[in-house]
Amino acid sequence: MTTRLNINGQQKTVAADAGTPLLYVLRNDLALNGAKFGCGLGQCGACTVIVDGAPVFSCVTPVGALAGRAVRTVESLGTAERPGRLQAAFIKHQAAQCGYCIAGMLMRAQALLERNPHPDEQEIRAYMEANLCRCGTHHRILAAIQEVARGGRQ
Amino acid sequence: MSGVDPGRRALLRHGALLVGFTMLPGLARAEFNAMGLPTVVDARLPGSLKTAPLLDAWIQVAPDGKVTVCSGKVELGTGVRTALIQVAVEQLELQPGAITFIGGDTARTPNEGYTAGSHTIADSGTALLNASAQVAALLRSGAAAQWQVDVGTVWLEAGRARGPGGRSMHYGLAVKGLDARGLHRAASVAAPLRAPGAYRVIGKPVARVDIPAKVTGGAAYVQDLRLPGMLHARVVRPPRIGARLLGVDTAAVRRLPGVRNVVHDGNYLAVLADDEWRAVTAMRALTLAARWEGGTPLPRPDQIHATLQALPAENIVILQRGTVGAARGPAVASRYTKQYVLHGSIGPSCSVAQLSGGVLTVWTHTQGVYPLRAALAELVGMPLDQVRCIHTEGSGCYGQNGADDVAADAAILACAMPGVPVRVQLMRDQENLWEPYAPAMFSTVRATLDGNGRIADWEYDVWSGSHNERPGNAGKLVPAWLRARPIAPSPSLPMPQPEGGGDRNALPLYDIPNARVVNHFLAVTPLRTSAMRSLGAHLNIMAIESTIDQLAVLAHADPVRFRLDHLRASPRAQAVITRAAAMFGWKAGAATLPLRGRGFGFAQYKNLMGFVAIAVEVLFDPDRNTVRILRVACAADCGQLVNPDGARNQLEGGIIQSASWTLQEQLQYGTAGIASTDWSTYPILRFSQVPDRIDVALIDQPGKPFLGVAEAAQGPMAAALTNALAQATGVRRRDLPLLAAR
Repeated sequence: MTTRLNINGQQKTVAADAGTPLLYVLRNDLALNGAKFGCGLGQCGACTVIVDGAPVFSCVTPVGALAGRAVRTVESLGTAERPGRLQAAFIKHQAAQCGYCIAGMLMRAQALLERNPHPDEQEIRAYMEANLCRCGTHHRILAAIQEVARGGRQ
Repeated sequence: MSGVDPGRRALLRHGALLVGFTMLPGLARAEFNAMGLPTVVDARLPGSLKTAPLLDAWIQVAPDGKVTVCSGKVELGTGVRTALIQVAVEQLELQPGAITFIGGDTARTPNEGYTAGSHTIADSGTALLNASAQVAALLRSGAAAQWQVDVGTVWLEAGRARGPGGRSMHYGLAVKGLDARGLHRAASVAAPLRAPGAYRVIGKPVARVDIPAKVTGGAAYVQDLRLPGMLHARVVRPPRIGARLLGVDTAAVRRLPGVRNVVHDGNYLAVLADDEWRAVTAMRALTLAARWEGGTPLPRPDQIHATLQALPAENIVILQRGTVGAARGPAVASRYTKQYVLHGSIGPSCSVAQLSGGVLTVWTHTQGVYPLRAALAELVGMPLDQVRCIHTEGSGCYGQNGADDVAADAAILACAMPGVPVRVQLMRDQENLWEPYAPAMFSTVRATLDGNGRIADWEYDVWSGSHNERPGNAGKLVPAWLRARPIAPSPSLPMPQPEGGGDRNALPLYDIPNARVVNHFLAVTPLRTSAMRSLGAHLNIMAIESTIDQLAVLAHADPVRFRLDHLRASPRAQAVITRAAAMFGWKAGAATLPLRGRGFGFAQYKNLMGFVAIAVEVLFDPDRNTVRILRVACAADCGQLVNPDGARNQLEGGIIQSASWTLQEQLQYGTAGIASTDWSTYPILRFSQVPDRIDVALIDQPGKPFLGVAEAAQGPMAAALTNALAQATGVRRRDLPLLAAR
C-alpha cells in the first residue's frame, strides 16, 4: 500500500502502511537523517518535526494521519553550506555536544519562533520542556534560540 | 567499503615486526591492560607514542601532498575530533579543514585503547603534538635535501615547503627527499615543539567540524548509515537477567511481511527484515511469541547498600599515612550513598555490520575499537585480522552504554546473513534494561580536627562494584551470555590507583598528616555495572567536600578559606578556588535568605588531571521538594588549552548532567526486575530545571601538559549542590539523589 505525503514542500508517495510512524518513513523511505529515534514513546523529542506549524513527535505519528498536511524536517531549514537563520545561530553558539537531540531541538524552536517571533527566556524554556538533552547543552540551545528571538541581537 | 586496505595492513604488519605495533593476531586481548591499551614499546615517548611510536601510524603524507591524521581516540560528542585536528595542524602549517582525520578504525589508526577517563587530549593530543612537530621537521629536511640548501632556510606554509629564491614543493614531494623509510620511522623522545606563545591554532576557539552536519540533517551517526541491500534487525532480550527461554514459535513471525530471518540460539532472539518498521513490528510479534521463565532476583532497592556491604570484598589500602584514630579534637563521622544511575543516552545504541570477502566489518560507536574487535573475534570465532571495527558516531554515551553489546548483535546477525549489511538498533527499554549501570556505592568518613582548627586525621572507606566491565573477553558482551553456548565474562578486576575505579578521587588532596583510605572492591554485585563519566569520583568528591564543609564549621572557618588553608602545596588548586569564589562573589559569613543556600566544591580530577572549583546558589522549595539552581560559577585549569570553547561546552554540560544525577537520578527497580524502562520512569533534568545561569572561567597554562576536562566537573558540582542544599534546608543530606523521597 502507498501513502502520499507533503514533505518539505514536495509531494512524495511512499510504499508504507498507514500505521507506519512518520519517523521511519522519513529516515528510511526518504533518507532524511534529521529526525532521530530516541524513545518511540513521544517522551524525548529527538524525532520532532513540524506538521502544519506545530511540533510533532514523528515516532508516534502514523503517516495515515498526515493526508493533506505539510510536514517539515530540519532539512527544510537549510544546508551545511547555506544554513538557515536558526541553524546558523546553533552553529555560532556551538549549541551541540553529541548532537543527537539537536535536530529535534531546532524543529521545536522553529515552531515556537513561527508562532511567537520574540519569546523571552521563560517562554523558550517552557516551550522546549518537551525535548531532552543528555549532554547538558541547554544553555547554548537557549542562547541560540534567543539570538534569533532578538532579531540577531545578542 | 568493507575491505581492509591491503597496503595499509602490510605497512602495519611491517611496523609490528619492527616495534610491536598492534595488528598481528598474536598480540591479542590478553596483552591489553584495563584501558584496552597494548604494551608500552618505549616509555620515554610522550603520550600514546609510548605504545604506537611510528610517525606514520599518526600522520601520513600521500604522493599528492594530502595529509591524513590518524588517532585511536574517537568522537563521543565531546568535540575531541576538532581539538585533535587543531593539535595536528599547528606545526604542519595546515588549515584544520585541509587534512583528512580518521579516529578509531582497526585497519587504519593506532590502538589507543578506550576513549575514556578524560584521557583523549593528554594521550592522543600529546602524541599528535610531538609527532606532527617531528613530521614537520622531516618535511623541511626532505625539501632541503632536494634543493641542497641548509634546512634552516626552509619553512612550511599552507601545505608547502618553501625555501630560498621562492622555491616551494608540496608535502608529498618533500617526503621524497627523505631516506627510504619516509615517515615510517619511530618517533624521537624530543620533538622541536613550537613555543606556546606562537601557537596559531592551539588555544583558539575553532568551530567544531561536526556541528554543521548535525544541525542540518547531514549523515553524522552510525544510525544514519544506509548500505545497499541493508537489512534492519531488532533483538528480543529476556525480560530479566538470568531468564530462560522456554519456547518460541518463530514460524508465524517468519511469515510476517518483509521478514528475512529469525535467529534463535539458546536465549538469544532476533529478527531481520527488509524495512526498519517491519523489523520493529516483527520484534513485537516475536516478543509475544516467546515464553520465558526464571531470572536472577534483584535485591530490594531500599536495602541495596546493606546488600553491597554484606558481599565479599577485596579490601585495598590505597593510602596509609601517619597514625589515624589518635586525634581527640572535634570530629565528623558520616556515611554517603549513591544509587544505580543510567547513562541515559538519548539515542539507543546502534551498529551496522557486514561479512564480506571473509572480513567482518563493524561500524560501531564503541569507545574502543581494538578491544571490541578482540571481543567480537572471539564471539564469532574469526581471526583478529579478519574483523575490522570502524568507529562511527552515535548518541553521547558518557561511559559504557549498550554500544559494545549492540555491536555484538550486529556481528552475530551479519554472520547469520553472509554478504548482507545488517543494521541493529536497540529499543528504548532494551537500552535501559540491559546497559551496564553506574554502580550503587557508599562510603564512610571519619575526620578529626586538631587544637588549631586543622585537619588532624582522616579515615575513608568506599564500597563499590566494578566501574570497568568493558571488553575484556567476549563474555563481557550481553549477546555472548544468551546464546546456546554462552561465554562467561572474564573476572572483574579493580582499577588500580592512581586513577582508580570506585576509589577514583577517594584520596583527599588536602594537607592531612594522618590518613587511611581503603577501597572495598566488590567483584560481583547484583546488577551489571560499568564505567560512567568520573566513576567513583562523583560520590567520593561529594563525600569529601561535604566533610570539609562540616569540618570548617567545627573550625569556625569559612569553607573556602578552610580549603585554601589545607591546599598550600597546590597553587593551581588554590587558583581555581580563588577564581570561582571571586566570580561568585563568595563572602565569608555572608547571611543568606531563608531557603537559599550557597555551596562550594573542589577537586583535581584523579588528583592528577584537571582542577575544577564550583560555587552554586540554590533556592529550595520545601512544599514541592524541588531545587532551583540560581547560579553556578566554575573555574577550571585543564593545562594547556586546545579549544577553550570546547572546554567550556564540556564543563557546562558536566555541570548540568551532574546536577541531574545528584538531585534526582536513580534507577527504579524491584525484586522482579528493572522498572526504569523509559523517560517517565527515569526522569532527567529538563529545560525548566537547568540552572538559571552558568559562568565558566578557564585558567590557561601555556606549554604545560594537556590535562583533559570532560569528566572533571561531575564531582565538584555534586559537592557544591550538596553543600548548598545543606545550607538551604539546615539539614545535610548524604544520600544521592538528594531530592529522593524519603
